[in-house]
Amino acid sequence: MTMTSTAETSAGRTAACPVVLRVEGLDVDIRTPAGTVRAVSNAGFEARAGQTLALLGESGCGKSMTAKAVAGLLDPVAHVAGGSAELEGRDLLRMTPKQRRKVAGAELGIVFQDALTALNPVYPVGVQLGEAFRIHHGASAARAREQAVQLMRRVGIPEPESRVNAYPHQFSGGMRQRILIAMAVALSPRLLIADEPTTALDVTVQAQIMDLLRSLREEGDMAVVLITHDLAVVAEEADDVVVMYAGTVAEQGPVGQVFANPRHPYTKGLLESVPVDAERGSSLASIPGSPPELKNIPAGCVYQDRCPLAQAVCRQERPVLREVAPGRRAACHFSDSLATASTLEEIQP
Amino acid sequence: MTALLDRTVADRPAALEVRDVVKTFHVSRSASGNNRLRALDGINLSVGRGETLGLVGESGCGKSTLARTLMLLEKPDSGSVTFDGQDPFSLKGKDLLSWRRRVQMVFQDPFASLNARMTAGDIISEPWATHRGLHRTSREREARLAELLQLVGLRASDARKSPQEFSGGQRQRIGIARALALNPELIILDEPVSALDLSVQAQVLNLLNDLQQQLGVSYIFISHDLSVVRHVTDRVAVMYLGRIIETGTTEDVFERPLHPYTAALMSASPKLDPAARPAERIVLKGELPSPLDPPSGCRFRTRCWKAQDICAAEAPRKRTAAEAGRTVLPMPALRRPGLPVEHLAECHFPLAVPAGPDAARE
Repeated sequence: MTMTSTAETSAGRTAACPVVLRVEGLDVDIRTPAGTVRAVSNAGFEARAGQTLALLGESGCGKSMTAKAVAGLLDPVAHVAGGSAELEGRDLLRMTPKQRRKVAGAELGIVFQDALTALNPVYPVGVQLGEAFRIHHGASAARAREQAVQLMRRVGIPEPESRVNAYPHQFSGGMRQRILIAMAVALSPRLLIADEPTTALDVTVQAQIMDLLRSLREEGDMAVVLITHDLAVVAEEADDVVVMYAGTVAEQGPVGQVFANPRHPYTKGLLESVPVDAERGSSLASIPGSPPELKNIPAGCVYQDRCPLAQAVCRQERPVLREVAPGRRAACHFSDSLATASTLEEIQP
Repeated sequence: MTALLDRTVADRPAALEVRDVVKTFHVSRSASGNNRLRALDGINLSVGRGETLGLVGESGCGKSTLARTLMLLEKPDSGSVTFDGQDPFSLKGKDLLSWRRRVQMVFQDPFASLNARMTAGDIISEPWATHRGLHRTSREREARLAELLQLVGLRASDARKSPQEFSGGQRQRIGIARALALNPELIILDEPVSALDLSVQAQVLNLLNDLQQQLGVSYIFISHDLSVVRHVTDRVAVMYLGRIIETGTTEDVFERPLHPYTAALMSASPKLDPAARPAERIVLKGELPSPLDPPSGCRFRTRCWKAQDICAAEAPRKRTAAEAGRTVLPMPALRRPGLPVEHLAECHFPLAVPAGPDAARE
């Protein structure tokens, strides 16, 4: 039984923390049999030390693709078509493979969603945890094993001395996720990318993992990029949020402000779709239709087909992501009307 | 509250009754030499007509085994399942077939549960190939197919398309139409929206709600998403390691949980609204114990902060909210004959103060 305070999110801290990762104008293309499609278009955001930035969106919106492009782990069919991703001033996208290998693990750690497929089933976890120390620090096998035990203790795996030689299948889902997190933070990276780290876990275990991530972030003053589709997780864990839709950034800013007063109709629609204490059986607001396929992204605004505000201008002109308030940006022609209206129906463009 | 009262029709008899159902699986030997996995260990529940019962619990707690047992896909070792007073496990032939018609299921994954080589129309009308008496002529079947498609919000022309041509939400609508094809009285919804994106999830939940109001069908709604369960259910049963440890109206269970596990579950689930968040979150230690070697006495004691010696020695009996030392306001309108709407929990030390850190600090 432990008690922890729920996360605090404050906009005030933002300015003081140095930027660790700055992504600008990122484009990612995928080759398909039907031609090249753009999976991520002009994405940009900043992750700051000691803070959590959430990339929020539905499946296929490009949030994982963005993170994989930053980490240099894109599938062979996908490639970066433009933009930059600077980790403490150095552009990750323009590094040679050799430079990248030096950065991977030491400065940039990544936690994947599915711990069972991300771990190698034929090696004991101790060997996999110690790999970072052997490769980057040239540690001996015995020394690496020692450090693996320490890491396991740090992420809360009970009896690490006896568990270090166990194989991944001998651990539960929550413990495997802890091992993955331990691997990612082994060399105290500046940036930790967590791709849906708790989606496969039960809610009581999810709370434990989120606690662990938060304490590691504070310990190491890491910048955390949290990729998720869960609005409630974002509301509790993140300082800033980037809402993505169909490969573009719809809106970004401090979580508290974005969720309290969304400036993009997609964010507003998402928030209204969550059943929060709505009366039993009452009808939920839902966004009509479904996201466009990557090969049929319309000219003009990507959200026009599902947007209750869509006008002629939305069909012709793609809205640019522009500043709508200090620290907040949105890509909508009508984001100013959204600032004052309480419901979408009130807006008469 | 008012919504709950409005929906409560007096004299509504229980449609489905489950009594002391036990199901054991034989598995390869575990560390302690046990090879019997007791997936369900004395399950009692009932579902009224037109009612939605929520079933929540972590993976491995037996939710899916229970659903499979209700679908007659597993035969319980002991205990009884009755629907309208009939025990399906004693039925044969025609009688069994007509029982099966009354209980249908919607599956979690709309991509895996539809045959990619059949058209939507074939998928929805396939149940009629088994239940031949339902729609005898092809004209009747066609008319009913069009009606079903329209009922779930698809176009009649969609019948000729194959599943790949639909989005996830539309596929789940096809799954629902297939379940409705036999005019069932109870539909088991096994995580029906967890594979769907949030914006589409709301559409499907609204559809399920509309269908229940139109057709009066009962639902058993299995989900791990507590905010969804809270929105769609009348009553909730919380499962832990093969037992139902707490039951009550959705409002009672969510607002005033009696069992420490329920309180931890509610506290651990992330909340969008900062005002709804507990000031201090209960984070349980450890994970679900192996169902092969469940703890003695109370199953939850290994993770419970209130556990004492008696919890290891003796399985707790059911206790009501009043027995936990709470003042319970009488709500006669909520009492339905044959349906246990009391708020019950299997715990030696049910929480006297509704949930929260105060209870936890004891």
